[in-house]
Amino acid sequence: MHAQENRSATDVEFVTFQAGGQSFSLDITHVREIRRWTAVTPLPHAPREVLGVMNLRGSVIPIYDLSARFGLGNTEESPRNVVVVAMIDNQTVGLLVEAVSEILSVARDRIQDTPDIRSESTKQSITGVIPIDEGMTRVIDLAAVIQARSKAAA
Amino acid sequence: MATMNSIRDTFFEECEELLEALAEGLSLINEGLHDAETVNAVFRAVHSVKGGAGAFALDGLVAFAHRFETVLDGLRADRIELTAEVVHVLLRSADHLADQVEAARDGTEIAPDTTEGFIANLDAVLGGPPVTDPVADADPCFGFSAMPLDLGLDLPLPLPDGLTVPSEPKPDGPAQSAELLSPSNTASRGYRIHFRPYPTLYANGHDPALILSALSDLGQMEVALDLSALPDWTEFDPAASYLAWSVVLTSDEHETAVQEIFEFVDGFCDLEITPITEPEPMMQPSDLTTEVPHLSEKTTLLDATAAAITSALQDTINPPSATRAPAEAGLRKREAKLSEEETGDGRGPKPTLRVELERVDRLINAVGELIINQAMIEQSISILSLPADAEVITHVEDYRLLARDIQEAVMAIRAQPVKPLFQRMSRIVREAADATGKQARLISLGEATEVDKTVIERLADPLTHMIRNAVDHGLENVELRQSAGKDPEGTIRLQAAHRSGSVVITVRDDGAGLNRPKILEKAIARGLVSAEDELTDAEIDNLLFLPGFSTADRISNLSGRGVGLDVVRNAVTALGGRVSITSTPSEGTEFTITLPLTLAVMDGMVISVAGHTMVVPITSVIETIRPGPEDLHQLGTSESLLSMRGRFIPMIDVAASLGFPGRDPNQPPLLLLVETDSQTQCALVVDAVHDQRQVVIKGLESNYGTIPGVSAATVLGDGQIALILDADALTSNRAGAPVRATAA
Repeated sequence: MHAQENRSATDVEFVTFQAGGQSFSLDITHVREIRRWTAVTPLPHAPREVLGVMNLRGSVIPIYDLSARFGLGNTEESPRNVVVVAMIDNQTVGLLVEAVSEILSVARDRIQDTPDIRSESTKQSITGVIPIDEGMTRVIDLAAVIQARSKAAA
Repeated sequence: MATMNSIRDTFFEECEELLEALAEGLSLINEGLHDAETVNAVFRAVHSVKGGAGAFALDGLVAFAHRFETVLDGLRADRIELTAEVVHVLLRSADHLADQVEAARDGTEIAPDTTEGFIANLDAVLGGPPVTDPVADADPCFGFSAMPLDLGLDLPLPLPDGLTVPSEPKPDGPAQSAELLSPSNTASRGYRIHFRPYPTLYANGHDPALILSALSDLGQMEVALDLSALPDWTEFDPAASYLAWSVVLTSDEHETAVQEIFEFVDGFCDLEITPITEPEPMMQPSDLTTEVPHLSEKTTLLDATAAAITSALQDTINPPSATRAPAEAGLRKREAKLSEEETGDGRGPKPTLRVELERVDRLINAVGELIINQAMIEQSISILSLPADAEVITHVEDYRLLARDIQEAVMAIRAQPVKPLFQRMSRIVREAADATGKQARLISLGEATEVDKTVIERLADPLTHMIRNAVDHGLENVELRQSAGKDPEGTIRLQAAHRSGSVVITVRDDGAGLNRPKILEKAIARGLVSAEDELTDAEIDNLLFLPGFSTADRISNLSGRGVGLDVVRNAVTALGGRVSITSTPSEGTEFTITLPLTLAVMDGMVISVAGHTMVVPITSVIETIRPGPEDLHQLGTSESLLSMRGRFIPMIDVAASLGFPGRDPNQPPLLLLVETDSQTQCALVVDAVHDQRQVVIKGLESNYGTIPGVSAATVLGDGQIALILDADALTSNRAGAPVRATAA
């Protein structure tokens, strides 16, 4: 699909990070900043991956535990944990990850479509995979990661 | 094109104000409280809309406004009698004008039939054969030229048959109609005009040259510049106004056409307009007579040139001022009226400033941060455990007061009177009454009450719905009212008032009141309640707010389309408000909407629940209670009741409702007594109350979504976020049998 578009020359930049022991990446255009983890205020009736809300310079943003979101168990508390503040359609959210690894610049045609897997929810939230030195990194679909959530809340 | 767009935006903004003035004037007329100036103001409003619309080539709007204006002009000149029917046509025409302006703004079209219907109504008001002239009707722009103008002449009216429409239609009737009328006019006639601007005329951006130039469009004109007031150079004040003009205008125009030219400088000048009944020779040109084009260079500034002319000509100036002296006796003393108008109530409307809303909101956000910051500092200081008389504590207290002052001042910027909203409602009443064949009038009270702009905007739909409901369902039809010995015309009373930090808006009709047996029957039929449930009157009334409830037997055009009062309730709740209902059989029904003054800040009670700090709006808390064990009673397995002053009140464990781990049963509970929508009371079980403070409301919807029982969040002094509880939502599943029955 990407090859058909014949845009292989364009590079795409991703922020890659570790969550639940796996490597994930997010299109850098969504990433606003990376912050140290601070205590959150839990929300009632929230699903497991929504840890609560955090104060980001006066804005109230929900924090999603990415590991829990992909069914890899809640992220263990660690001083290395960071929050990736991301924005999509004027919605600002935070993703709790174990650590941020690097900024990855890859040619568009190196992104492979997500292979057929059984877990629908995982498949819907991963737009593709990119081979890297340590194996592969999973490109997350931010809208899908948080949308599934918002519906549950409403 | 950005500039053009911004001019366009300004035009539509001004239109809103003009339409408001129009509606206001018409409502005075409707109530019979008007005077000549009211009619003038209404006329001016329509005239200005027309003028602006002409600049943007909004032809349909211009044509309709023109016809409307013609009728108003007839009223102004007492040619049209102000009957109830005429007032009705005027009101509906104003509504239609508003629709047209809106359509023009949004680039939508109004069906020509609709406009023609309104024009036909206006024509009917104008009456008389000339108006039904087919040529004039073909192009509504020319309604004016076909009008039976009162020219003050012994001319036979209606106008001669030779009347034709010029080949190139343009919506500026007066000049052309002058040409059209002139063939029949054998006597040359005109006006003697003396015009002396005050400095305020220049200060308001008017230019006498433009006015004179407009005047010259009406006919042949001779202008004499009157420099008699010009002082010596040494005494010359550049900001003063020394020039005056004497004009002899030969024109067949009606005097109002002349007056219209000076309409926008009303009160900014001495103006005398004297009709010349006898044809007279043109004023002799002299050295002082200046051509209009030449004037335009001279009038805007009183520059050195003018001063130089003065000394040279000062002695020869007297003659022209003398020429107007004889006419003085017959003068219509317009200026007396003008100055009265202008100085009547001080300096007219208060000066205002148009500011982009976004700038205000930015300021409000910054002030919100300031308040949070203040709370943080206060908290940091309290941790230091300084002595109570420490200087810094006083300073922080001052800081708190200042921050609150600033916050209130900033909020006041967003506050707007509910008047425009209420004015729109009178239209809704008219339309609803017309559609249902009922007679209704709206009485609005407390129009000056100020509410946050967003609240006003978001209140428009629910209020419209309630008003329609009140006419459609609340009021009886004329026969029923008469047989009940009531005034056949029903009254809807719309009132706004401030009450202890809230805005209360009530909609009251004097109809038959709620038909409770019927409501109950419907609710049972729809499975909203079971037949065995014993409901109080208040509970029955509140059934109306349940989704999908509609009492109308027939689906009328107005209301009862399945969207019911639940929509109203949701809209009001979304604004942090509450809506309640009271009804007295055969006397009427009253809806009360209670809203917060602002959407950005509120007074909250800081509490803790299951280890979490939360905030409850102070407005929802009636009192806090520390019950003794003897006051608590178990009901069933999990329900508890509080006995208080002989009554049993259900208790709601906040922690459990929010899905947090339950509280320690050994800890004595603290109860917050709250009142719910249906006016029943509930007690919220919390662990502790810490503080009362102003909190800045931060929405959760934009970044997350809605959470049952939580209305928003706020940032506390320590930078942590606390959730703001929605007491109504927490108690709603206890409010009465209905919801429980639905759930079951």
